[in-house]
Amino acid sequence: MSQEKKDELNYHCLVFCVDGQEFAIDILKVQEIREYQPVNVTRVAHLPSYIQGLINLRGQIIPIIDLRIKLRVSEVEYTPQTVVIILGLSDRIVGIVVDSVSNVELIAKNTIEPPPNVNNPAAYLIGLTTYKDQLLQIVDVEKLIDHEHWTLSDISQEE
Amino acid sequence: MSSPDLSEFHDTFFDEAQELLQGMEQTLLCLDPESPDHESLNAIFRCAHSIKGGAAAFGVFDDLVSTTHKLENILDLVRNGKMPLTHEAISVFLKAKDVLWDLVQAYREQREPGSESAQELLAMLQQLGDAKPGEAKPAAAKPPEEKAEAITDVAIPDGEKLLKVTLIDVSEKDRLSLHNEMGIMGTHIRQSSSGNEHYYWISSALPPEDIIAVCCFVIDESQIQVKESIPVVQDVVKEAPAEVADHNSTQSTQSTQSIQSIQSKPEATPPAKAVSEAPVKQLLAKTSAANKESGTIRVPIQKVDQLVNQVGEMVINQSILMQANQSLDPIVHASLIQDIEHMGSALRTMQEAIMALRMMPMDYAFGRFPRLVRETAGKLGKQIELITKGGGTELDKGLIERMIDPLTHLIRNSIDHGIEMPEKRIAADKDPLGKITISAQHQGGRIIIEVIDDGAGMDREKLINKAIEKGLPASHNMTDDQAFMLIFEAGFSTAEKVTDVSGRGVGMDVVKRNIQELGGLTQIESEKGKGTTIRISLPLTLAIMDGMTVQSGNERFVLSLSHIVECLQPTADQLRMLEENKALLLLRGEHLPIINLWEIFSIPNTERDLKKSIIAVLQVGKSRYALAVDQLLGQHQVVVKNLETHFKRVPCVSGATILGDGSVALILDAAAILEQNKIGLTAYGSGFNTPVLQQERV
Repeated sequence: MSQEKKDELNYHCLVFCVDGQEFAIDILKVQEIREYQPVNVTRVAHLPSYIQGLINLRGQIIPIIDLRIKLRVSEVEYTPQTVVIILGLSDRIVGIVVDSVSNVELIAKNTIEPPPNVNNPAAYLIGLTTYKDQLLQIVDVEKLIDHEHWTLSDISQEE
Repeated sequence: MSSPDLSEFHDTFFDEAQELLQGMEQTLLCLDPESPDHESLNAIFRCAHSIKGGAAAFGVFDDLVSTTHKLENILDLVRNGKMPLTHEAISVFLKAKDVLWDLVQAYREQREPGSESAQELLAMLQQLGDAKPGEAKPAAAKPPEEKAEAITDVAIPDGEKLLKVTLIDVSEKDRLSLHNEMGIMGTHIRQSSSGNEHYYWISSALPPEDIIAVCCFVIDESQIQVKESIPVVQDVVKEAPAEVADHNSTQSTQSTQSIQSIQSKPEATPPAKAVSEAPVKQLLAKTSAANKESGTIRVPIQKVDQLVNQVGEMVINQSILMQANQSLDPIVHASLIQDIEHMGSALRTMQEAIMALRMMPMDYAFGRFPRLVRETAGKLGKQIELITKGGGTELDKGLIERMIDPLTHLIRNSIDHGIEMPEKRIAADKDPLGKITISAQHQGGRIIIEVIDDGAGMDREKLINKAIEKGLPASHNMTDDQAFMLIFEAGFSTAEKVTDVSGRGVGMDVVKRNIQELGGLTQIESEKGKGTTIRISLPLTLAIMDGMTVQSGNERFVLSLSHIVECLQPTADQLRMLEENKALLLLRGEHLPIINLWEIFSIPNTERDLKKSIIAVLQVGKSRYALAVDQLLGQHQVVVKNLETHFKRVPCVSGATILGDGSVALILDAAAILEQNKIGLTAYGSGFNTPVLQQERV
């Protein structure tokens, strides 16, 4: 099978875990995966709580989002498995903190089901599939981090 | 077949056109109407011509082509001495430059250019051209005399043609050199003249257009006509030669056009066949000029900024390495330590070189002022000479661009309020010609720009009275400096009458604000009857800032040094507690509100006891306030990075930077902090006016 054919039929993604749930994002958006050291993060006041702060990534200042807080996980723990996924998005670089990274997977596109139409509060969901007998949520990472809402006006709603 | 897409070259054309227009304006301003310098006139003509040629090549800038064409026609008449150069003509040309500039700008922004000003200009040019109608029309159609003059008795060698060269209004000197040129290109047969026209018959194998091309190095193409003539046998039918002449004249017009388009691109090689010594030399000169031009490249400013940022980072990385170095044994790791130090010095040189890329000479801004002075002075009936000094001083391009408006205001102000009318000046035993000097110079890491006039100077009492009358905070005990600074107050104007030049009291406060935004300081010196000096001191660049690193709790922030007036540790009797966490600082008779940094950023674990904190007194515009922090960590140069790509707005923060140890620190926005805390405070201490404190916390 040729490479193009493979790409056409499969979804190449990075699988990570937040609060026991498995998520998958487009591998092409992932720039690197780094160990998370909260000490090195510069806090920025007056921003939504899921924005942890800023780090210096080889001379670039990039914001770090704790995806677990964003997804409203009740208790956030920092373990040695806690990592930052550095995402290279269209116009900026952003880091997301997740509980752990599991694997890089090829998912056959025909196994992906569309997200439930009814009551889909999470517009970031692209589809659902099963992976190692678990539900895997395939997400649009741009919508997930929801950059548009990183404004001051959002704080009042947030807090 | 669709024509190739030229749109990617549009920007280059626009840049070039604007540069040419700028050059044209400068040359125009240097022109002396009484004895215009021929070279300058040619230079102006070339500018118009190049723009026309460029615009025509794209085929989509019709307005630009038609306007430049008209302008070119008039310029041509002037250049050839057929039309006198008057002050009015120069003014029309200057106006033409403005209109063309607007047109280029309009095309650049992809909007329809407003045709009104262009129409107006065309009318003005028309009028100018009509003033000398008789000579304005180039001798186009040649009367039937050429039939009569037909050559009858010459044998033309095989492969050569008989060409009739008509030179119109060409000086004797030029005629002589052209005569020699033609001698090289062919064989002279006969010459004659009538009025200001001179006819040469030559026999040559070269096509007429080549002869025109060569002659155009000396004269203009409208001054020459080359026609193929036919050796006429005595009894030939009379109409025949005329037809041929007509036919050829259309041909030669066509060839003229083609030459025109070639000339519009100076680097294009003119027809290679036109080989003769003098033109070749000129050709070489042109080529070398073209080479000189290609010695520069246009680079988008973003790319340069990226470089500036990158190298800034490298410098920081290097200092991190240096810090790590200190823990090493200097004997065991001697060579490593040395290498890192070498790298450091190489990096610093590189940083300087890269910063220099963003630098532009001040002439970029100064070049606009002669025009401004000329026109404003003319409007007011004053005689003013503008002197610029240190135009070669280099400054960050962004800074220069943002300084143009404030400087324009200041110069206008000097013309209107500073320099007196000629009669007044004579009465005061001064030269009726007023002098305004603008100068730029480097001084200890900053650039000092001065606007100096030798006018009436400022009247301290008049300023103070006016300020009191306008309800501005002023008193007769003010120092001179404070009194002079009143001119920068909003709504302040001492002009007796409001003119369209200045006097509305808007402007000067904007000037001060603009300068402050750039991290600049303003200072005024003035002596009554002698003149005024306004001195502006600016940082060299916006990308690097002198900062003070402060600590609050475990967090570090950077304050711009330009805002810090002083830092101190307050004593108990300097503090006036108002309520929970709110206090005033009594500093030399002035009450300053204290803002706690920990409060703004909700920082945990900070020093809450003001007596143990450090207070930085900050000045923002006219207001001062005290910012309480835990510690001062030191003074550094920091590379400013903005956060706009990530956050739309972070309150009280103007950007971020990377500190020596690699961590990120936020740069505080002193003005926003004040704004957020909504504390209005009058500008001056209780020295002459009781400070009014408004604690409007909502």
